[in-house]
Amino acid sequence: MTAAVTLDEVSCVFGHGASAVRAVDGVNLGIESGEFFTLLGPSGSGKTTCLRMIGGFTLPTAGRILIGGDDVTMRPPYARPVNTVFQDYALFPHMSIRDNVAYSLMVRKVAPAERARRADELLELVQLAGVGDRRPAQLSGGQRQRVALARALINQPQVLLLDEPLGALDLKLREQMQSELKALQRQLGITFLFITHDQHEALSMSDRIGVFNVGRLEQVGTPHEVYNAPRTRFVALFVGAANVLDGELARALTGHDSAMLRPERIRAGDAAGARTSGAVAEAQYFGSFTRIKVRAGDALLQADLPDGADRPAPAVGDTVHLHWDTRAVHALAGGHA
Amino acid sequence: MTSALALPAPPRGLRLRTSDLLYTRRGLLLLALLAPPLLWFGVVYLGALFALLANAFFGLDDFTGQVVREFTLRNFVALTEPANLDSARRTVVMAVGVTLACTVLGFPLAYYMARHARGASKALLYIAVMLPLWSSYLVRLYAWKLLLAREGAISWLAAQLHLTWVLDAVLATPAIGGPSLSFSSIGTFIVFVYMWLPFMVLPIMASIERIPGSLIEASGDLGAGPGTTFRRVILPLAMPGVAAGSIFTFSLTLGDYIIPQVIGDSTLYIGQIVYRQQGVAGNIPFAAAFSLVPIAVIGLYLWWAKRQGAFDAL
Repeated sequence: MTAAVTLDEVSCVFGHGASAVRAVDGVNLGIESGEFFTLLGPSGSGKTTCLRMIGGFTLPTAGRILIGGDDVTMRPPYARPVNTVFQDYALFPHMSIRDNVAYSLMVRKVAPAERARRADELLELVQLAGVGDRRPAQLSGGQRQRVALARALINQPQVLLLDEPLGALDLKLREQMQSELKALQRQLGITFLFITHDQHEALSMSDRIGVFNVGRLEQVGTPHEVYNAPRTRFVALFVGAANVLDGELARALTGHDSAMLRPERIRAGDAAGARTSGAVAEAQYFGSFTRIKVRAGDALLQADLPDGADRPAPAVGDTVHLHWDTRAVHALAGGHA
Repeated sequence: MTSALALPAPPRGLRLRTSDLLYTRRGLLLLALLAPPLLWFGVVYLGALFALLANAFFGLDDFTGQVVREFTLRNFVALTEPANLDSARRTVVMAVGVTLACTVLGFPLAYYMARHARGASKALLYIAVMLPLWSSYLVRLYAWKLLLAREGAISWLAAQLHLTWVLDAVLATPAIGGPSLSFSSIGTFIVFVYMWLPFMVLPIMASIERIPGSLIEASGDLGAGPGTTFRRVILPLAMPGVAAGSIFTFSLTLGDYIIPQVIGDSTLYIGQIVYRQQGVAGNIPFAAAFSLVPIAVIGLYLWWAKRQGAFDAL
């Protein structure tokens, strides 16, 4: 199977000389056809620059970009078989919703009647039938988001690029759109390249995740791999909550030089057989669990204890005895970062 | 237990009471701020306009030269005399030409300034566009007279480049030509375009600056080449700026009476007729009637621009 998108040693440097910024630094990546692939990273990590280079809005300073096996490195956006859902939706304010959705068909000189028919079809696909005559300003944020999606899909692109499309939506709407996007991707079989800084979004939607940090891909893997077997300390800390232990303490508690332990894998129990015991320094109630921080040596161990109506969660000052399976510990390479 | 909280006594100072009053009665503050400009606009500006309108329906006693305050349509009948119609037509054609030229020259500059120029180069371009407005209108006008004169810089440059024949061909063209650039309507046109260009560049630039870059990227992303993106996205969204700029260039040209007097053939433009009628001839009613022509033309122009959808993107 040919890769839908291939990045071959792609770099992008902004500015010159001393003020030059390596936004993307020698990235290699293969995204398979039909895959829901997410680039995850904090803001400024290079994930958006990466997407912009694939879309053709920013040119790489080194490396090659292939889409469906074709070298498109230096091609303008209009000559690439990809479409983009922009972060601010970028709907044309002076056109009706129908004309927005049909824009790429208008560009390709499809007959007006056919255009309108296809646009209405796509609007139905994103559950917005009947708004075709309105203007973008008359729609809510969530509706505009769907219009942007319909507009990007009407051309049946090989790859759909989504640049933090859910960032501006409120939590409930965002969760709904997440499952709809995922369902749509499965239904259409189009490769989705999704950008987000939200780890929950990345974990819940993706087939594979690429974690970006300061212009480099730190790890590529399934959500399960990235969460449970982070390759670097950065990935461990960025994806989900993590206790990262180093040095003496790590060796004492885990037997490794550097290790990660997820808070939800720690249990509170009896003094007998406890890995460590200590006083609760902080306790935060989240509903389904209580997050406590327990002093262990010179570090604070974070543990998420499931909520139980029958027993109260430990309070600040209580002494707790912490237990975990050996399998819950993941050794990290490299020690101190 | 009774409430232990004793509220502090309300402030007593005049300043505090005034600020409280203005804060709680927002309308009062608005009124205080808007009254001066509304008075100015309502009384001075609209008042003058209505006085003008009223005068247009008065007559002039041919023997005494006094204004007769009786309703008459004589002035408007006089407007339809061939010479007057000819002046009006010539002025409107000039205004349309100047507006088109300012748009064509101003758009690329405004686009570059809004989307590409950054930092120092943007400031420099700003200054370059505004610089002509820093010096007196008359000084610039006479400077152009020197540039356009038969022995002026432009003729000299044409001679140096062996292009005198081009200049002669332009000057030999009927309707726009003349004995020299400074005595031809092409000269008038050049100076009009120069004078009003900043009034076109700045509004277009403001409207292009308001177009989010993502719209242009989205157009490209959806398969549109630069030409299509320009026609379908940039131009429609910049149209309110073009319309605003064209109102400036169009109305400034319609009303100006100094430029065609200094540079051009001796044919009269609307502004000159109004000036002469109210000054030399003392025929204020006819001058008033004639000055309604540009107002009517601008009104028609705005109606047409709105129908063309120039303001749809506002």
